[in-house]
Amino acid sequence: MKKSYKLIDLDCANCAAKMETAINKIPGVNKATVSFMTQKLTIDAADDKFDSVVNEAVAAISKVEPDCQVVLK
Amino acid sequence: MTKKQKHTLYRIVISAVLFVVCTVLKHSGVMGSAEIFVPYLFLVPYLIVGFPVLKKAVINISHGQVFDENFLMCLATIGALCIGEFAEAVFVMLFYQIGDLFESIAVGKSRGSISQLMDICPEYVNIERDGKIEQIDPEEASVGDIIVIKPGEKVPLDARIIEGTSSLNTTALTGESLPLDVAVGDSVINGCININGLLKAEVTKEYSDSTMSKILELVENSAENKAPTENFITKFARYYTPIVVIAAVVLAFVPPFVIGGELTDWVMRALNFLVVSCPCALVISVPLSYFSGIGCASRNGILIKGSNFLESMAKAKTVVFDKTGTLTKGSFFVTEIYPVGMDEDQLIEITALAESYSNHPISLSIRNACKGNIDTSRIEKAEEISGHGVKAVIDGKTVCAGNERMMKEAGCEYEKFGGVGTIIHTSVDEKYAGYIVISDRVKDDSAEAIASLKANGITNTVILSGDKEAAAKKIADEIGIDTVYAELLPGDKVSRLEDIIKEGEGSTVFVGDGINDAPSLTRADVGIAMGALGSDAAIEAADIVLMDDKPSKISVVLKIARKTHSIVQQNIVFALTVKILVLVLSALGMSNMWEAVFADVGVSVIAILNSMRAQRL
Repeated sequence: MKKSYKLIDLDCANCAAKMETAINKIPGVNKATVSFMTQKLTIDAADDKFDSVVNEAVAAISKVEPDCQVVLK
Repeated sequence: MTKKQKHTLYRIVISAVLFVVCTVLKHSGVMGSAEIFVPYLFLVPYLIVGFPVLKKAVINISHGQVFDENFLMCLATIGALCIGEFAEAVFVMLFYQIGDLFESIAVGKSRGSISQLMDICPEYVNIERDGKIEQIDPEEASVGDIIVIKPGEKVPLDARIIEGTSSLNTTALTGESLPLDVAVGDSVINGCININGLLKAEVTKEYSDSTMSKILELVENSAENKAPTENFITKFARYYTPIVVIAAVVLAFVPPFVIGGELTDWVMRALNFLVVSCPCALVISVPLSYFSGIGCASRNGILIKGSNFLESMAKAKTVVFDKTGTLTKGSFFVTEIYPVGMDEDQLIEITALAESYSNHPISLSIRNACKGNIDTSRIEKAEEISGHGVKAVIDGKTVCAGNERMMKEAGCEYEKFGGVGTIIHTSVDEKYAGYIVISDRVKDDSAEAIASLKANGITNTVILSGDKEAAAKKIADEIGIDTVYAELLPGDKVSRLEDIIKEGEGSTVFVGDGINDAPSLTRADVGIAMGALGSDAAIEAADIVLMDDKPSKISVVLKIARKTHSIVQQNIVFALTVKILVLVLSALGMSNMWEAVFADVGVSVIAILNSMRAQRL
C-alpha cells in the first residue's frame, strides 16, 4: 500500500533527508520519500504493518524535527 | 510570509539593532570605567536571535541528534563566547538566522509557483439533477451525470458538451495562451477555465480517472524519482558533517600538543569548521534546482515525472520519433486537388456531395475541405460500391468517386498519380473530372522542432514508423529527419530502438503517442508522450508528457534540462570550492569566523538564488 501525507513546518532540507533515511530503516517499509519541496511524506509499506509503520514514521519525524507535524488523514 | 517567518524576522531586526548599538558602545568609549561590562552586553542580541536555535539544539540533543545543524551552530557560537569573541558569536548567529529565513522564503516562493498548478483542481461541481442544480464534490460525480459550467468556472471533470458554446482557457494545462473554442460534441478536460459561455456537459470520466487528477498525481510523485546527482548529494551530506566535526575536534586538541601554540587559537580555528559543517547549500539548492526546472516545464505545458528524467534529458544526443500522431496530425486532410475541366472548388463540392452519406474518415476529410454547405437534397441516389467508391446521382448527373478500379468500372480515362497518399478520382457522366489527394499532414511546428533540436546539440534524429517507406521518407525529407526506418511492426520498433540506443552516444529519447509506442517509451532513456492525443497507456509509460502535443516542446524540455543541469553543477562546484577553501584557510589560521559564516550562509543564499534561475527558461 502506498500513501502520502502532508507535512507542516518541515523547515530544513537536510532534516528531510535524515527523516527519509530513518523511515526507510523501519521494518516493513518498501520505500519512503520525504520531499522538502512538496512538503510531503510518501510511504510504500506492507499492508498488514502499515498502521504501525506510519506511527513509527511520525515518531522518527518528530525526533529529527520536533516542530514538524504530519497531517494524518 | 508565514507567522513563523515574521517572528524570526522581528528577532533578527531587534537583534541587529542591538548588535550595532553594542558595537558603537564598544568602540566609542562612552562607557568609561564600565567598559569591561560592554562585551557582556552582546549577550542580549545573541540570546534574542539565538534563542530558538539554542532551544532546538537542546531538544535535538536529547533525541540523540548529535550532528544537527542547530547544535553545531550553538557549539560554534558558545565556543566563540567562551574565548571572548563576543561580536563574532552574535554575528554568526545573526547571519545564520538571516540565511535560514531567506531559505525558507525562497523555497516557499518556488513551492508556491508549483502549487499554483495544483490550484486548478476544482472545489465543486454544479450538477443537474431532476431539473435542479446542486453543488457537489467533484469526487462524488459519476459518469453520465449532467453538469453545468458557468463562465469563469473551472471545468471540474472530463466531459462532453451537450449544450452551448464557449472559449476555454487551457493555459494551466498546456501553456497555450490562445483560447480554445468549443461547441456541442467537443470534449473538455478538467482544469480548463470556461471564459464566456454557459456550458452543459455530460461527464465522461470519474474524478479519479480524469486527466487533471492523473497529472497532479504525476507531478506530486515526481519527488520520488530522484536524479543521480540528488542521491549523491544526500549521501555526501550524510558523511560530510560527521567528517568535518571530527576534523574540528582533532584540530582543536591535537596540534596544540604536537605543534604547540595557544589552545584558544586552535579552538577558534576548530570552531570555524563547525560553522561550515552544514551541507545546507547543497542539500537545498540541488533539489530546489530540479524542482524549479520541473515547475518551469509545467508552466510550459510539459509534465516531468522526476528529476532523474531531467538529468538524462540533459545528456540526450539522439531523438527517435514515432510518425503518425507525433510528427503528423494523425488525421486525414485534402492535400492536393487536381481538377480536369472544372475548378478546384467545383471538384471538391461534387466529390463531397457524392461522399456525403459515407462515414469513412476519407469522406469526412473531403467534406471538411468543402467550403460551402453540402446540400444533400441535390442527391437523388447514392450507393457505395465496396472496394471501389461511391456512385451517386447529383443534379441529374451520374457522379462516380473512388479509386482507380472505380474509374475503370465507370469506363473513363483517368490521370495516374505517382505521389504519396490516398487518391479519390471523380467522374461526372463518364467524363473524368480530376482527382483529390488525401494524406496525413505534418504538424505545423514539426520542421521547426527538428531544426531547433539540431541547433541544441541533438546529433541524430530518427523516425520509426509502421507506415509505408515512401510516406515516411517524404515526411522525413520535409522536416529534416536524418534516418528513417519504415514498415516496422510494433515489436520491431523496440528492437530497432535498442540498436539505436546501443550505437548512439549520450542518452536516447523516444517520442510517441500510441498504445503501440508504450514499450518503446519504457525502453528509451527518456520517453516523451503526446498528452492530449496520446493514449493513456502511452502517458503512463512515458517519463515526460507534452500536454499540447507540439513536437517543438521537445527542444523546450531539452533547454530546461540543460539549464537545470548546469545550475546544479555550478552550485555543487561553487559550494564545495568555497567550503573547502575556508576549511583549509581556517586550519592554517588564515581565516576567521566571518569568512566561515559566509562559506555557510552566504554560499547557501547564492546557491539558492542560482537555483531559482531554473524557474525561468
